[in-house]
Amino acid sequence: MGERTQESGVRSQKSEEKTNALPSKATRDAYGETLLELGKKRNDIVVLDADLSGSTKTVKFAKAFPERFFNLGVSEQDMVGTAAGLAITGKVPFASTFAIFETGRAWDQIRLVVCYSNTNVKLVATHGGITVGEDGASHQALEDIALMRALPNMTVIVPADAIETASVINVIANFTGPVYVRLGRAKVPQIMPVDYKFEIGRAHVFSQGKDVNIIAAGIMVDTALKASAMLKNEGIDAGVINMSTIKPLDEKAVLNAAKNSRLIITAEEHSIIGGLGGAVCEFLSENYPIPVKRIGIKDTFGCSGSPDELLKLYELTPEAIAETAREGLRK
Amino acid sequence: MTQKTAGKIRDIKTLEGIAKEIRKYILRMLTEAGSGHTGGSLSAADVAVAIYFSKMNFNPDNPKLKERDRFILSKGHAAPLLYSVLAKAGYFDIETLLTLRKIDSSLQGHPCCETVPGVEISTGSLGQGLSVANGIALGLRLDKNPARVFCITGDGEIQEGQIWEAAMTAAHYKLDNICAVVDNNGLQIDGPVEEVMRIAPVHDKWTAFGWNVIEIDGHNMKEILAALDKAEAVKGKPTVIIAHTVKGKGVSFFEGKVEYHGLAPSREELEKALKEIG
Repeated sequence: MGERTQESGVRSQKSEEKTNALPSKATRDAYGETLLELGKKRNDIVVLDADLSGSTKTVKFAKAFPERFFNLGVSEQDMVGTAAGLAITGKVPFASTFAIFETGRAWDQIRLVVCYSNTNVKLVATHGGITVGEDGASHQALEDIALMRALPNMTVIVPADAIETASVINVIANFTGPVYVRLGRAKVPQIMPVDYKFEIGRAHVFSQGKDVNIIAAGIMVDTALKASAMLKNEGIDAGVINMSTIKPLDEKAVLNAAKNSRLIITAEEHSIIGGLGGAVCEFLSENYPIPVKRIGIKDTFGCSGSPDELLKLYELTPEAIAETAREGLRK
Repeated sequence: MTQKTAGKIRDIKTLEGIAKEIRKYILRMLTEAGSGHTGGSLSAADVAVAIYFSKMNFNPDNPKLKERDRFILSKGHAAPLLYSVLAKAGYFDIETLLTLRKIDSSLQGHPCCETVPGVEISTGSLGQGLSVANGIALGLRLDKNPARVFCITGDGEIQEGQIWEAAMTAAHYKLDNICAVVDNNGLQIDGPVEEVMRIAPVHDKWTAFGWNVIEIDGHNMKEILAALDKAEAVKGKPTVIIAHTVKGKGVSFFEGKVEYHGLAPSREELEKALKEIG
């Protein structure tokens, strides 16, 4: 698996006024840096990887604290079990590999010795979603959130950018219990306020829309902000909510969004089945049924291509969200 | 009637007596439950008794004691054995054993660490215990904690690929604070291990994976103690004890019978079995 250094990023930034002055940055890079800082402060932080430390960026921690870093080789199941064992001795293990291998290869291990056993294991996976790019479908996790969300005791977090990632990693290091964090490979715009503090289960509301509210996670938060700006020009008031904690869902934020608008759109770089869209639909259908449109991968596998090309191909663009809003509001 | 068995027992006769008692608990609780795994609980009984009562440091009043030695039952279906040993060791009342598999009981069909004191990790889905044992061993080493980790797997269980991932890890990290035991009873649910999926040569496989390997008669208490002592003395690599055992050991009409892998004794069988054990 070759590391790529292309600077293409996920997409060109057109609405500069919406973002802070920071350059685009991959969430995995923020993870590697934050983990290193945590390692300096705390001896109980240990890190595990399955032969992808260069790509997941745990290599920074590995170089600084070799005695607290455990490479398990290409064996995700063993890595998760080993992490659970370390947690039993009071360590706070961060176990990382690509999202599809972490959640897919080791699902039963995560279920039994992490969630059912309620061990204090932090599963931080990189290379989530379609923007993995050229490696293609085998490496693009489009089902990981669904897999993790179905497990009792699990907290599921999808940070929107590098700023949020740093805050998330610091927060979960102080939280007791199983956590899954999904990060990406590609560089993405930094959109969260610089002084933003993440809280588990609390959404960040960029704006509340009167016509439509877009509930997004991960890289799609930026996409939603761009869609909102496009719609504003047409007189459509579209709010944007960063639902970075998929589980437990910020039900209050979802309810507010539904009560204040006519349409809810969910947007995620994940299958429309079982992820954020699923979570929002499950909640609203039982509590406040209003029309919901799900933007995501439509029950299909991905393919090779650049991140930008793939986002266009699978309709994860501001234009696609805007069109979905227009269509949904016409009905 | 909470029984506390403090201190380490080296007397063979006493340990054999405890093993008899444990076998009787296992049978009683299985009959009361009406389901569960008889054969594999009985086959591993002598080894588990020796580990708990001759080797391990623990305090039932403080199950999370930092200095405790750890025990992982990777073959989680032998839960009746683990529960019996924990009750005998004083973690909970002997009477609780009779609630096995019942609604509202802490004693789930397979061990649950959230409900039973003394259970380090939940097991039941095979092949996972050794990885957890490795993680504990690594954590203990980081803390310079001299405690040791024991892990019992089944022989059918080592058909799971994760066991060999973990075997690599333990050897790679030179985890000499781990002692694994393969309860080599030769049978699995669908028949003889040799016929279902050959695992032989077991000894050579573990040797090839970098382990110190000891083969013993897993029902000979003297051999078990000697093997556990040797395991502790070997430095720089993990030790696995291949314990040759008989499925259903201790009850003649269960011994070597594959159908008793997952079958509980009937009331009549229980009476006969208890008499036979004496």
